[in-house]
Amino acid sequence: MAIDIDTARKAAHLARIRVEEGDLAALAAELSGILGFMEELASVDVTGVEPMTAVTPMPLQTRDDAVTDGGDAARVLANAPLARDGFFAVPKVVE
Amino acid sequence: MTLNALTIAAARDLLRARKITAAELAEACLSAMAAAGALNAVVHLTPDLARAQAAAADARLAAGDAPALCGIPIGIKDLFCVEGVATQAGSRILEGFRPPYESTVTARLWSAGAVCLGKLNMDEFAMGSSNETSVYGPAISPWRRAGDTAPLTPGGSSGGSASAVAADLCLGATGTDTGGSIRQPAAFTGIVGLKPTYGRVSRWGIVAFASSLDQAGPMTKSVRDAAIMLGAMAGHDPRDSTSADRTVPDFEAALTGDIRGARIGIPREYRVDGMPGEIEALWTRGAEMLRDAGAEVVDVSLPHTRYALPAYYVIAPAEASSNLARYDGVRYGRRAELSPGEGIVDLYEKTRAEGFGPEVRRRIMIGAYVLSAGFYDAYYLRAQKVRTLIRRDFETVFAGGVDAILTPATPSAAFGIGEMAGADPVQMYLNDVFTVTVNLAGLPALAVPAGLDGTGLPLGLQLIGRPWEEGGLLNTGLAIERAAGFGAKAARWW
Repeated sequence: MAIDIDTARKAAHLARIRVEEGDLAALAAELSGILGFMEELASVDVTGVEPMTAVTPMPLQTRDDAVTDGGDAARVLANAPLARDGFFAVPKVVE
Repeated sequence: MTLNALTIAAARDLLRARKITAAELAEACLSAMAAAGALNAVVHLTPDLARAQAAAADARLAAGDAPALCGIPIGIKDLFCVEGVATQAGSRILEGFRPPYESTVTARLWSAGAVCLGKLNMDEFAMGSSNETSVYGPAISPWRRAGDTAPLTPGGSSGGSASAVAADLCLGATGTDTGGSIRQPAAFTGIVGLKPTYGRVSRWGIVAFASSLDQAGPMTKSVRDAAIMLGAMAGHDPRDSTSADRTVPDFEAALTGDIRGARIGIPREYRVDGMPGEIEALWTRGAEMLRDAGAEVVDVSLPHTRYALPAYYVIAPAEASSNLARYDGVRYGRRAELSPGEGIVDLYEKTRAEGFGPEVRRRIMIGAYVLSAGFYDAYYLRAQKVRTLIRRDFETVFAGGVDAILTPATPSAAFGIGEMAGADPVQMYLNDVFTVTVNLAGLPALAVPAGLDGTGLPLGLQLIGRPWEEGGLLNTGLAIERAAGFGAKAARWW
């Protein structure tokens, strides 16, 4: 299926990746090429086939519902590009 | 022989016999790395850490407490978090990131006595087959075509690991394999690479690409070394819910070299159109080697093979788009400069546009698209159903009494840096044609060097095993290693 410029713009926004208006046509062509390659999947008969949701069949492991970690704010914030007063800092979100 | 050219097994024996020290072994590798800038295999050297760990290893050796990897210097793919050491996954977006914690795999390696030489180059977020998507620039293979100085790719995404091991900069290296990223570079550089069964090795602390496909494994100079290193890397980890709670067998003890009576399958669907004659001849020779060693070679069918690449290139980008959502310029790594009036969404969009390279951006967008409302069923859900069929193909073959499957590791020998620049992305994806099925099915597989092509470049064979039977798989690999007697090394030019 061919991707048009509007769909390319939507995919870029869903991915939260800025794409300049002038680059959308090239992106649409590129994404169309990749999706074309995936079209072959449409020819497989998957009637009655369950999707594979676990690679290794095994029961999901659980652990005690207990705090095992924490109290590490300084280490958590150590790599932040901007942190203030023990918090990550971002541009104003709520007016 | 210089110390850095030793295998892990040989170095272990010399260290335990106190004929060499961990300190001098580490120095030999650090010098080799310092002299190999032209390979661009090492992206963050850690000499202080290496010297401290080597001194600790020598103390343990002196005390007679010498586990498998005690004093063995290794390189770590830039995808593994090493506490306090730059970890960028080959990406600009993780510029400056120093993890405040250690990945489970590296923690296990250090407690087994291994010595960290540094971080190794890779394709950005492990997305690539040539190491050319790395923010550090491509790693270069130590191999060259006969009579030609054109730089060749060591493969990808674990290209720095492959180049470093093949050039004797370290004794072994960690890699990760999501669609072939251990096996393809191993084959391109004439070394051994093992992708373990999904769940054998913890993924905790490894920068995630596609969580249902990613698996870490060893890249080494011999099959025995792969067995030794896997033994130290593997094991249950409560911090990775997909890590299997199974005993880790002694993989090295499985290396008897006796494969009499084993049944080896040759899948007819792997005979792809346009396969070079040299690859086909190597494959036939591999089957003969195993037959000569006493195995029974049988034809098998994996009918859904042709759908593996398209299914992979739906599933892997879908998982990547979700995993890489965390790189938002807020918690770690690079943040874009904002203009006055720009808000939080601009922060995300500009940071990610600047921080990710073109291939990573492309895959995230494809992933977001195939997961989006209206397309989820047609692409993602369908790909997961096809994945079930691909795994069923293997289960059917193994249920028929086949112990391992033999295929070529790659559709060609290494290509030149820049040679694929004009190709569309799908051309590059075709490199994974023999390897992706294994990740989709969660199986273990091994790349073993088996010969040279007409221009003097290494070619590898791949063995695919039953789940959890890495020991038997390595033993079959040993039979090929012995019969092929590869032993070739790149002539030093760097």
